[in-house]
Amino acid sequence: MGKIVAVTGNEACAQALKQINPDVCAAYPITPATDLMQRFSGFVSDGKVDTELVLVESEHSAMSACIGAAAAGGRVATATSSQGLALMWEMLYIAAGTRLPIIMPLVNRALSAPLNIHGDHSDGMGARDTGWIQLYSENAQEAYDNTIQAFRIAEHLDIRLPAMVCMDGFIVSHSIERVEYIDDADVKNFVGKFQAVHPLLDLDNPKSYGPLILTDLYHEYKRAQHEVMTKVPKVVLEVASDFEKMTGRKYGLFETYRLEDAEIAVVVMSSAAGTTKDIIDQYRDKGVKAGLLKPRMFRPFPYLEIADALKHLKAIAVLDRADSFGGYGPLFMEISSAVMSMDTKPAMINKIFGLGGRDYLPDQAEQVLDELVKVAKTGKVQTVKEYIGVRE
Amino acid sequence: MTTKPLKLRELAKGEDRFTHGHRMCSGCGAPIIVKQVLMATDYPIIASNATGCLEVSTCIQQYTAWKIPWIHSAFENAAATISGVEAMYKSLVKQGKIEDKQVKFIAFGGDGGTYDIGFQSLSGAMERGHDMMYICYDNGAYMNTGIQRSSATPFGANTTTCPAGDIIPGKPQQRKDLTRIMAAHGIPYVAQASPAHWMDLMKKVQKAFEIKGPKFMNVISPCNRGWRSRTDDAIMLSKLAVDTCYWPLYEVENGVLKITVKPKEKKPIVDFLKPQGRFKHLFAPENAAMLLQIQADIDSEWEKLQKLAAFYGTEEKQ
Repeated sequence: MGKIVAVTGNEACAQALKQINPDVCAAYPITPATDLMQRFSGFVSDGKVDTELVLVESEHSAMSACIGAAAAGGRVATATSSQGLALMWEMLYIAAGTRLPIIMPLVNRALSAPLNIHGDHSDGMGARDTGWIQLYSENAQEAYDNTIQAFRIAEHLDIRLPAMVCMDGFIVSHSIERVEYIDDADVKNFVGKFQAVHPLLDLDNPKSYGPLILTDLYHEYKRAQHEVMTKVPKVVLEVASDFEKMTGRKYGLFETYRLEDAEIAVVVMSSAAGTTKDIIDQYRDKGVKAGLLKPRMFRPFPYLEIADALKHLKAIAVLDRADSFGGYGPLFMEISSAVMSMDTKPAMINKIFGLGGRDYLPDQAEQVLDELVKVAKTGKVQTVKEYIGVRE
Repeated sequence: MTTKPLKLRELAKGEDRFTHGHRMCSGCGAPIIVKQVLMATDYPIIASNATGCLEVSTCIQQYTAWKIPWIHSAFENAAATISGVEAMYKSLVKQGKIEDKQVKFIAFGGDGGTYDIGFQSLSGAMERGHDMMYICYDNGAYMNTGIQRSSATPFGANTTTCPAGDIIPGKPQQRKDLTRIMAAHGIPYVAQASPAHWMDLMKKVQKAFEIKGPKFMNVISPCNRGWRSRTDDAIMLSKLAVDTCYWPLYEVENGVLKITVKPKEKKPIVDFLKPQGRFKHLFAPENAAMLLQIQADIDSEWEKLQKLAAFYGTEEKQ
């Protein structure tokens, strides 16, 4: 068994990267992800890893260097947040479209303007359609575990896609929590040896990467990319099963909490799920049949599996830590799409919370659950989308 | 590795690592430059390519003109992309996962992808000290998107975004001297070359490959579509660019500047401008002052360059 430590989310992810020992990492500082690659740089300077560290002049170049390195044929990682991810946007599509298994912890942070360095999911949601696998983490332990599992998922020969491991900026990245580390040898064994596919460095079989493809075949390429994504859930579950055998910690496409016999439920991702679970316990004690569903894998989104888990509910509140201005919250849109397949549809409300690091407090969870009780009773929704925790 | 002799007869027998059948326009300077660069050496080469004419015309669907490993990812990042490839090579060699085969890394980009949008990525990669060479084929505008001005477009040139009109007679600004800016990075080797002086260009490539660290080479690349010249003028124009001192051939090795080809007789700039339709309006009587200005600027830059060569004591070794 590994050892138990008190570390931040960033520290835990840096430890995971150290244990995995990628061949190349590219890094550019940005709050709150800076601390992660800074710690990793220390491992490089102390010779604890074999990684070639490329300290680039922008996040755009970070992802470009990762693309070059991954195409060359080796294990590659970087990390970023917020504006950094936004600057990478162009290259995110190219990493996915080129089928390069790059791993990137994303320390979720708000997007400008106004400038804000604190946690919300605007950055990750903005990268929703880039073709990256996205795993969201509730706490430092999940961020650590997801980072290790992400390499196996992304590098699987049926997949070969890049993956982001998301954790809430500051709330998780900078809070010290209890984390159980896995032994170095077990991590190494779990992740396995990197298998290069069509590496640029194979001089005897020269490959051209990044062709021009116009109307005659682009559409087919994109369908092929979609089809690869449909294979991801199976691999995520296989990897989770192996991971459980090694650590005893269970992971799925999503987590459910007291949901089986629930009448109302909250759907929320990442750190806010922990607070919500506590309040659900209190409501359960009062006899309210409340539950929770916490998506882990946001891309690809497991619509059918989530619909199956939510099908018995009377009312659902989807909490989004990001907004799509002029639309519903991004998670609400996904849950609505999942609900579409149900014969009897639950009533649904959407709450936007915690933007720019605004604290998500127990009273906000209580407010949501109280409203859900009413909605379940009457079947009527007053306002579909609403901000909570707002200063009036 | 011994440097191979630059004899036409021998070079012609060598394997083409950049093949015919690509879809560049006839008479384009860029593929000539690529051929000369790849022909100059027998080292294994891996190249990256910025989005642009060279890229879109040489790798389309299942067809590629590149017999070397080649990667294109986007427009502004050929330098960052190849720096990642080089870093992986270095890492895997260091870890003993692959054998060191003395692979050389090149990034190719046009002037738009190098002077403008890719400038930050280029500057960063050079500063980081990757063992790579960046080669800019400078045709003086965004030719791939239809002749829009770039910071490499010369003063007075007519492009689609600085058209010679009734009020504004072509590009109002001077071109950026990127070669000198790259030399200011303090990297071990920077050079300016022309495909008309193929021996000079290939020698520079050979020399650069024997130097560890970042290298930059700026090569003038006539574009008959953008320059409004005849399709068989590329070599003539790139020679005139040198003979008029519009495009002096020099190198900066470890900070020491040396003029590598000095024209026997410096020709007037109009000899270079006249065959190009993009400068046609400059020959109208009302723009006579612009022509004088261009000549004066070239004279002054050439003077400065010679003084620098004299300062480094490299002048008399011509």
